[in-house]
Amino acid sequence: MNIFNIFSLRIAAVLAVSMMMVAPCVPASRAADAEITIDNFSFHPDKLSVKAGTTIVFRNRDDIPHTVASAEGVFRSEALDTDDAFSFTFDKPGVYPFFCSLHPKMTGEIIVTP
Amino acid sequence: MPDNQNSYRIDRRGALECMVWAGAGVVWTLNGGVPTSSLLVGATARAAEGAGFSFLQISDSHVGFNKPANPDALGTLKEAIDKVKALPARPAFMIHTGDITHLSKPEQFDDADKIIGGASLDVHYVPGEHDLLDENNGKAYLDRYGKNAKGSGWYSFDAGGAHFVGLVNVTNLKAGGMGSLGDEQLAWLADDLKGRSASTPVVVFAHIPLWTVYPEWGWGTGDSEQALTLLKRFGSVTVLNGHIHQVMQKVEGAVTFHTARSTAFPQPAPGTAAGPGPMLVPAEKLRTMLGLTSITLKKGAHGLAITDSPLV
Repeated sequence: MNIFNIFSLRIAAVLAVSMMMVAPCVPASRAADAEITIDNFSFHPDKLSVKAGTTIVFRNRDDIPHTVASAEGVFRSEALDTDDAFSFTFDKPGVYPFFCSLHPKMTGEIIVTP
Repeated sequence: MPDNQNSYRIDRRGALECMVWAGAGVVWTLNGGVPTSSLLVGATARAAEGAGFSFLQISDSHVGFNKPANPDALGTLKEAIDKVKALPARPAFMIHTGDITHLSKPEQFDDADKIIGGASLDVHYVPGEHDLLDENNGKAYLDRYGKNAKGSGWYSFDAGGAHFVGLVNVTNLKAGGMGSLGDEQLAWLADDLKGRSASTPVVVFAHIPLWTVYPEWGWGTGDSEQALTLLKRFGSVTVLNGHIHQVMQKVEGAVTFHTARSTAFPQPAPGTAAGPGPMLVPAEKLRTMLGLTSITLKKGAHGLAITDSPLV
């Protein structure tokens, strides 16, 4: 085993440990009512209508980290690595435009109805 | 870098051909203020021999990336630094145009510093969006690399008769937009350039391209035109970027724009894939698509020589 393999093993080990320390983003008591996935630098679906009180899970399936951020500052996830998820419960009716703060061409919109 | 007709000095057409080459790095040579590029393998060595002043650009190391497009991004960074160490003539310093790490984790910065430090060269960094993912929105980056920087990490310095400006265009991005410099940084740039002689060669470096490569993928900087307007009066301007993990070059008047390869993984050419994510290529092809850049500035010549070299 050369030194580079040792380095990569070390990184893999560190990543594994840090992933174990991250609490599940979706509390067990509150199931996801809807899911938006991130694939190929875009949100799917990029427009979603839900009833007030709905929890939406955003899941990153890209090999690159993304974020989910409200364009109006209502919510903002940390960087989501591959398969990480962020959830937010939309209690108030309204229109919620959102984007990835790292790749701002990635945009979407949640419409919350009463 | 030799100056004669069979040298590696690249004219505009040659520079464009250079875009087609798959490779790992660019050697920048300042020749009396005009940038010239050449391939890193072989040419870099020659450039470094003949030139009064040369520096290197590396970019997009993404330390911590371990996905199929390159399971060992730290290993390929090490290979790039080994190439630097093997140069017969030492470049004056290195610039790193961002995405040092993949996720801004302390151990990723540590690993990057350890490998890049092996070159024993001064390194001037600007952040990529992957370097500002700590919970304090970039404090980890600034604590390490931003001691002499302003704002989110911009600064300037003089070397080899040229004026170098490191800019940050990866913060406060707006929904639907591209990279952004912001008013505070633009005001600083105007002040920084004020009073400098138009004959001073200027080298500007930042992570996201300062020209619009492909807006559909956000490969550009929304307010770069304002920066370029401030640079218009200078006779030689070289703009060095990363972010897109491939070599592209454009010459517009006195301004040469150039993007460097990543040392970690390639990304698709604009519009050739569903998205700009890491491009999976056969393992034996990967190192032809990674690399670094060498730049040489020669006294009495009119241009910086830019050389991109792949890892193999």
